[in-house]
Amino acid sequence: MKYYDKLIFELSSEGKKGYALPSMTWKDTVDDIPGNLKRQTMPELPQVSEPEVVRHYTNLSNMNFGVDTGFYPLGSCTMKYNPKINEEIASSGRFSGIHPLQPAKTVQGVLGLYEDLEHALCELTGMSAFTLNPFAGAHGELTGLMIIRQYHMKRGDSGRTKIIVPDSAHGTNPASAAVCGLEVVQVKSAEDGTIDIDSLKPLLDDTVAGIMMTNPNTLGLFEKNIAEIASLVHGCGGLLYYDGANMNALLGVVRPGDMGFDVLHLNLHKTFSAPHGGGGPGAGPVGVSGRLADYLPEPKLCRLEYGSLSMKEDMHGKDSLTAGRISGFAGNFGVLVKAYAYILMLGRENVRMVGPLAVLAANYLKESLKKEFSLPIESVCKHEFVFDGLSDKNSGITTLDVAKRLLDYGFHAPTVYFPLLFHQSIMIEPTETESKDTLDSFVTVMKLIAAEAKDNPDILRTAPHDTPVRRIDETAAARNPKLKYGDLK
Amino acid sequence: MNFLYFPNTDKDIRDMLDAVGADSLDELYSDVPAGFIYGKEFDIPSAMSEMEVRRYFDSLEERNRRLTVFCGCGAYDHYIPAVIPYITSRAEFLTAYTPYQAEISQGTLRYIFEFQSYMAELSGMDCANASMYDGATSAAEAVMMAVSASKKKRKVLVSDTLLPEVRKVLETYSRYHGINLVHIPHDGGNTSYEALRNALSEGDVAAVLVPGVNRFGIIEDLSGFSGAVHESKAFMIIYSDPLALAVIKSPREWGADIVCGEAQSLGIPLGYGGPYLGFIACSKELLRKMPGRVVGASEDMDGKRAFVLTLQAREQHIRREKATSNICSNQSLMALTATVYVSLMGLSGLRRVNDLSYGGAHYLYSKLLETGLFRNVFDRPFLNEFVLESLIPPAVLSEALLSEGYFAACETEEGYVSFCVTEKRTKEEIDGLVRAVVSAGKTEIK
Amino acid sequence: MSKILEGLFYSESHEWVKVEGGVAFIGITDYAQNSMGDISYVDMPDVGDELAKGDEFGAVESVKAASDLYSPVSGTVIECNAVLENSPEAINEAPFDSWIIKVEMSDESELESLMGPEDYRGFIEGQES
Repeated sequence: MKYYDKLIFELSSEGKKGYALPSMTWKDTVDDIPGNLKRQTMPELPQVSEPEVVRHYTNLSNMNFGVDTGFYPLGSCTMKYNPKINEEIASSGRFSGIHPLQPAKTVQGVLGLYEDLEHALCELTGMSAFTLNPFAGAHGELTGLMIIRQYHMKRGDSGRTKIIVPDSAHGTNPASAAVCGLEVVQVKSAEDGTIDIDSLKPLLDDTVAGIMMTNPNTLGLFEKNIAEIASLVHGCGGLLYYDGANMNALLGVVRPGDMGFDVLHLNLHKTFSAPHGGGGPGAGPVGVSGRLADYLPEPKLCRLEYGSLSMKEDMHGKDSLTAGRISGFAGNFGVLVKAYAYILMLGRENVRMVGPLAVLAANYLKESLKKEFSLPIESVCKHEFVFDGLSDKNSGITTLDVAKRLLDYGFHAPTVYFPLLFHQSIMIEPTETESKDTLDSFVTVMKLIAAEAKDNPDILRTAPHDTPVRRIDETAAARNPKLKYGDLK
Repeated sequence: MNFLYFPNTDKDIRDMLDAVGADSLDELYSDVPAGFIYGKEFDIPSAMSEMEVRRYFDSLEERNRRLTVFCGCGAYDHYIPAVIPYITSRAEFLTAYTPYQAEISQGTLRYIFEFQSYMAELSGMDCANASMYDGATSAAEAVMMAVSASKKKRKVLVSDTLLPEVRKVLETYSRYHGINLVHIPHDGGNTSYEALRNALSEGDVAAVLVPGVNRFGIIEDLSGFSGAVHESKAFMIIYSDPLALAVIKSPREWGADIVCGEAQSLGIPLGYGGPYLGFIACSKELLRKMPGRVVGASEDMDGKRAFVLTLQAREQHIRREKATSNICSNQSLMALTATVYVSLMGLSGLRRVNDLSYGGAHYLYSKLLETGLFRNVFDRPFLNEFVLESLIPPAVLSEALLSEGYFAACETEEGYVSFCVTEKRTKEEIDGLVRAVVSAGKTEIK
Repeated sequence: MSKILEGLFYSESHEWVKVEGGVAFIGITDYAQNSMGDISYVDMPDVGDELAKGDEFGAVESVKAASDLYSPVSGTVIECNAVLENSPEAINEAPFDSWIIKVEMSDESELESLMGPEDYRGFIEGQES
C-alpha cells in the first residue's frame, strides 16, 4: 500500500477530456430547452483525460485492503473469499442489457434464476418462500418486520406494536423496528449473551408483534433454549425473526426454519460469497414460513398456469395481503447471480462443510489465543468469538491499540468494541476460506502484540506506523464537517 | 476434504481439531439440540465444475431476448465507457468491507468523498451522503428525513408525476412509518401548482416531493413551488436524475431543501433493475438529519490529508432506535461506478450525452407524429423521454414492436405509450423502429 | 474525580440546573462530559418549544457516542446557547459555564425533586462502582 494524495479535482485542466462520444448530428439540441428550465449556475466538475483517470483510481485502490489482499477477521461480517467465477458471470454482459420492465416472456432466463435461487435458499434455511427484492441486510430486516406487522394487522390483531430485541443486538435491529413503526422493548441478556428466559417471560403479552434474534448470538454462542423461546413467543401470538448476520455458522448443518423462526433475512454478501464492494451493493433476501408466504412484498415471482414465469405486481385488491413494494425493481439482480453461482459451485455436498469449517477455524483461533487475550466465556463457539481485550490489563493497552497494530502486520483488524457486553470487545470471525497457515501467522502476530504490550507499549499506542495514513483526527472531522471538494478550499 | 474454496487439507483439519480438543467436526455442534441438526440431503444441484456453471448461465441467457431498448421509465440504457468495469473490478475496491479501518481504506474513502462532491455539485446542494440503495428507497428516506426534521408534522404531499415504482415504495414506507401521503395531481403533464397551494393551505405539511424530470419525460416547471412550500414551513424535496442536472435547472436553483433520486444513468448497466444507485443531498441546515454514511476530510497524526467516516453519532450502530435511518451500508461500488463515469465525462461529456439523447428523442417524436398513428398528449418541453396517445391499442403496438426486437411503447397508467432515446440509439435504429410502428399500423388499422 | 458545583440542582440523567429569577439555565455535568469524550455537536431545540419535566430537548454527540438531553424542569425554551453551535468543545472545557438552554419555568416546585450537590456526588459514585 502506498500513500497517494490527489483528489480527481486536482488533476483537472481546462480542455482535457476523458470520453469519445459520437458527434452531434441531430437537429434539436438541449439549447432549445426554454430558458427558465435551463441550468444557470454550472456544476464544477473536473476535466481529466482517460489515462489520468485510470491512474488516479488505480492509485486510490493501492490504499485499500480487501479479502484478496489478506486476512480479514471482522466479526459478524463473514469476510470469506469471493470466487472469481461469480464476478465473471455477473459482469459477462449476459444480463447487462435487460430492462427491468421488459415483458416476462422476454426474461424467462432471468426469472429462472429467481426461481432456482429462491428454491435453494428455502432448502438451506427451512423456510417456505422467499423474496429476493431487499437490497441489504438492514433492508431485509425492515421488509421482514413489515411482513410481521402486516400479518398481525390483516388478522385484525392491530394491537401488536412491540418488538422484543435483546440488549446485545446490533443497533440495526432497533433502528429497523423504529422505521417500521414498532416500539422496541429490550430483553436482558444472560452473562453469555444468550436471552435470559426469566427476563423474557414477563414481556410476552398480546401487544408483542415478535422477537428479533440472531443464532448463534453476538458472542458466537448457540442459543440453546431456542425451542423454549420459540414456544413461549408463539404461545403469546408473536412471531420469531431471525437476523441472518451469523448464518455462516449454521450453513449446511442447522436450518432456522426448523428452530421455529417465522421470518428471516440472509446476507448474500456474507454467507453466500458475494463481495462487500467497500460497503455495498449487497442483497438481503427474506424467507418466511408457509403461513406468511402471501405477505411477501411485490413484485413477486410466480409460475403461471401454462408453465412460464412471471413477476406478480399490483396486488392491490382488498384481499391482497402483500406487505407492499419495498424496491424500485426486483432487488440487486447482479448480486443474486453471484450468490447462485456460488451455490452451484458448492453443490449439496460441499455446502455441508461451510458451517463446520468456519466453526473449526474460529475455535482454533480462540483456543490458540485465550492465554494472551481474555476469554470471558469458556465454551465451544460457533463461527466467531469475542475476547475482552488483553489478559494482562496492567499495560493500559486498549483494544483499539491492538487493532491498529494489526494493520502494521498486514492483517485487517477484527470488529472492535462490539458487542457492548464487554468494555474491550475484540470480535474475531475467520471464515472457512482461510488456511491453517494464515490462521497460524495471525496467532503468531497476536501473541507478538501481546508481548509488545508489555515490552514496548508506545509502539502500540502510536500504531499504525506502516499504513498509507496513520490515526486520523475524527473529532475535527465531526466538529467541522468537510464533506465535498468545495469545502476544502 | 477437497474443494477449491476450502484451503485446509484433511491433515490440517485433524491438527486443528486436536488443538481444540474435539474428535470430529460434529462435536463442534454438540451445543445444538440434536433434533435441529439437518440430516437429509439438500434438494439443490450437485457440485459443478466452472464449465458447468457457465453452461447453466448460458442456458439462462438463451431464455432471455436481447432487445433494442426504447423505454426509460426509471431505468436508462446509456453507454458505459470501457474504463468503468476495468476500475470497479479491481479486487482492492471489490473485496473490501465498509471503510471502518480508515488507515487501510483511503481508496474507498476518497472515491466516496469525490462521489459526495459530484452529487453536491450536480444537485447544487451543500452536502450529499455516500449513496442509498436505489431511487425509490432514497425517496422514502428523504421523506422520513423531512418528517423527522419537521418534528411533529406527519403529512407529505407527493406529485402524481413521480414514477409509479417510486410512489408505491413511498406508500409502503409511509404506511408502516406513520406518514400521511397526499397526492398532488398534474395539470397538463406538470405537477399542479393550484393543487399544491390548496393542499398546503390545509396545513400540517412536513414536506412536498416533486420530480425534476417526470414520468412523462417532461422537464417540470416548478416556478413558485418552493416559495409556497417554504411559506408553509415545509421542506421541498426534488427527485432527480443527476445526469439531467448537467443541463436542466438544478434543485438548488428551484429552491429545494433535499434532493433524492436514481443515479443509474451515470455508468450503471440496466441489469434487470439492480444494483442501482440512490442518493441524497441536502442543505447544510439539514445535514445532521441526513440518513446513511458520510465521509469527511481530516488529517492524520502526522498532518497528512486523510478521509474518514464521520457524523456517525446519527447512525443506527450508535443511536439504535433513534437513528436517522436503519440503513447501514451504501451502494459503494455503484458510487465508484458513477464517480469514475463523471470523472471521465466532465461537464462537457454529460452535456453531450444529454444533447444526443435529446436530439434523438425529438427526432423520434416528430417521426412518430408524422405516421399519423399517434396524438400529442402534452405540449411541454421534454428531455429524452415522452408519451403519446396511440391509435393502435398500446398492448398490440408494444407486442408488434417486441416481435421486431424493440422494447418500446411502454404503457402508462393512463394508457399512453412511452418512448425513450439515449445516446446509444442510432438514426438507423430509430428509423427501423418507426418502420416497425408503421407496419404495425397497417396490420392493425385497415 | 468529577467536579460538582454548589448551589445547582442535578438530575439523574446528568443535567445541571442553575436558577436565576424564575429562569432555569440547563447544561450537562462534568461527569457527563467526561464520559462522552470530545463533544462534536449539540442538538438544541427551537426557542418557544414547550417542555414538560423529563421531555427530551436535544442531544450531545461525540465521535463514537450520542446522549439525549432531558429537561429537569417544565417550561418554555427562551434561549439556546449560540456559542455551542460552532464551539461544542466549550462543554468539555467548562461544563458548568456552558449552559445549553434557558427555560422559563412553569412550576418551580419541580426543583425539589432534583438532587443537590451532595446527593449527586453519591449518585455518580454509585454509577462509577
